[in-house]
Amino acid sequence: MKQTFLDFEQPIAELENKIEELRFVQDDSVLDISEEISRLQKKSQELTKTLYGKLTPWQISQVARHPQRPYTLDYIKALFADFDELHGDRSFADDPAIVGGIARFNGQSVVVIGHQKGRDTKEKIYRNFGMPRPEGYRKALKLMKLAEKFSLPVITFVDTPGAYPGIGAEERGQSEAIGRNLYEMARLKVPVICTVIGEGGSGGALAIAVGDYVNMLQYSTYSVISPEGCASILWKTAERASDAAEALGITATRLKTLGLVDRVLNEPIGGAHRDHAQMMGSMKRMLQEQLRDLTAKPLEELLKTRFDRLMSYGRFKEDAA
Amino acid sequence: MSWLNKLLPPKIKRENRAEKSSAVPEGLWSKCPACEAVLYYTDLESNLQVCPKCNHHHAVSARDRLGMLLDAEGRREIGAEVKPVDILKFKDGKRYPDRLVAAQNATGEDDALVVMQGSILTLPAVVASFEFKFIGGSMGSVVGERFVRGVQAAVEAKAPFICVSASGGARMQEGLNSLMQMAKTSAALQLLTDHKLPFISILTDPTMGGVSASFAFLGDVVIGEPGALIGFAGPRVIEQTVRETLPEGFQRSEFLLEKGAIDMIVDRRELKAKVASLISILMKEPAVA
Repeated sequence: MKQTFLDFEQPIAELENKIEELRFVQDDSVLDISEEISRLQKKSQELTKTLYGKLTPWQISQVARHPQRPYTLDYIKALFADFDELHGDRSFADDPAIVGGIARFNGQSVVVIGHQKGRDTKEKIYRNFGMPRPEGYRKALKLMKLAEKFSLPVITFVDTPGAYPGIGAEERGQSEAIGRNLYEMARLKVPVICTVIGEGGSGGALAIAVGDYVNMLQYSTYSVISPEGCASILWKTAERASDAAEALGITATRLKTLGLVDRVLNEPIGGAHRDHAQMMGSMKRMLQEQLRDLTAKPLEELLKTRFDRLMSYGRFKEDAA
Repeated sequence: MSWLNKLLPPKIKRENRAEKSSAVPEGLWSKCPACEAVLYYTDLESNLQVCPKCNHHHAVSARDRLGMLLDAEGRREIGAEVKPVDILKFKDGKRYPDRLVAAQNATGEDDALVVMQGSILTLPAVVASFEFKFIGGSMGSVVGERFVRGVQAAVEAKAPFICVSASGGARMQEGLNSLMQMAKTSAALQLLTDHKLPFISILTDPTMGGVSASFAFLGDVVIGEPGALIGFAGPRVIEQTVRETLPEGFQRSEFLLEKGAIDMIVDRRELKAKVASLISILMKEPAVA
């Protein structure tokens, strides 16, 4: 597949084009230019490394939304065996913006759930750009209850711009569906591992992201509101999104420092989209390790730790009474 | 500008301007925004801020609300010692600490939630109440912590927990910490479940975003005030997304009742008696007068 370049990646794109041109010429050239090609390739890699070494929060949110980034179903396909997708909320509809089902991870039975975006226009529309309706959250809860019944750990992948702001979604109780999941996940009697793989868009992300481990990929974002949304409210123009991204503190490293995220999972140089296989490898190692750790814990301790952590969220000062 | 104005130190001038632009009706008369009737302010006050002409429910402050629900004797505030901090050094046009100070001066509160333990028609209860005029009643760390302390106080006192919401959602200026308050407050309700204590959630105008999508709809009984705007996404956002005009009455209490999202709509003037009746039945207490 042809690589899609983001605006800030233009210098890399130019180099890559040059390499491509040289390759084309090489076929009918008497001169050996392969050395020149490998020199340029090395330069391109160096450039990618430098560029990605100092991304701004706004640039990171572009990477988090990169159209070639691995999505939930890519992780499921690569890391889970015997995946059986279980559809629908048993009450209204099946929401393709959230997928989930039962599968094996390293032979261990698990429930896996995640937001799903589409690759091409048709699939994007079908997946509603990864923006779930209440049915999606209720399907996720149905699967979590199934996990609880059969004592299966739950693994979630978070990747959504946010819950869908539509008329039908409101009519069918978007708020209640999200709130219900927060309440239930706080005490779900199985290990829950949540990983933000792209966009962690507000309540729509949180509704499947309450767990024992909350991880973020290096170039993913997690935010109370999209930078554009925040900019249009506070700066009165979406143009200031980059300022908002900075102010909101939405990057993995920042959130790790704030103590809101347990683990930042490094991505291949230049982002997960440049090397899916490598990304799958490190995701597998992390999940393996965390699953082993959580499965060893007595249930009571697991739930207490999860609950205490939830209660500890927030920063405030306390006056002496 | 008159010569007198020129002489005044800048501080006094600013205070003058604030008074003029204040939205709070401080005069003798007040105009109902719904039916435009001009009302005698004390009439409105004695009618619990409900328009006597058209029944429009005017906004009330957090403390006035507590005054309407709790008995006068034996009130104790909970969580007042918890105060906001600027975690992110957040700055848009205004610095967050400046926004906090402005909100504190405008409301007399130091954050958007006031929690009190007391009784409702002699039945012990803990009531949390949102101050919408404090940065849109937005939920940040202090709101979340006071909410949890209120729940804990209810558990200790074996009393029901009641929350009156009026909020635009999560507080952007605290970043992801404010989103996490949704998880924190919703999870805290598990403690009430553990002890079989009722949670009554009262949704008033407006209850939106992160507050709506967390504890607000998790009440054992969910009550809407007449005409209140209640929803996940704001009407403007929805309109921009779906590019249609929204149906009449969309996201109002009456609409939510019809869609099955809330249990009942209760007129503010009957709210105290209704809440007392609900909790006495759920707690298996004898009927209150």
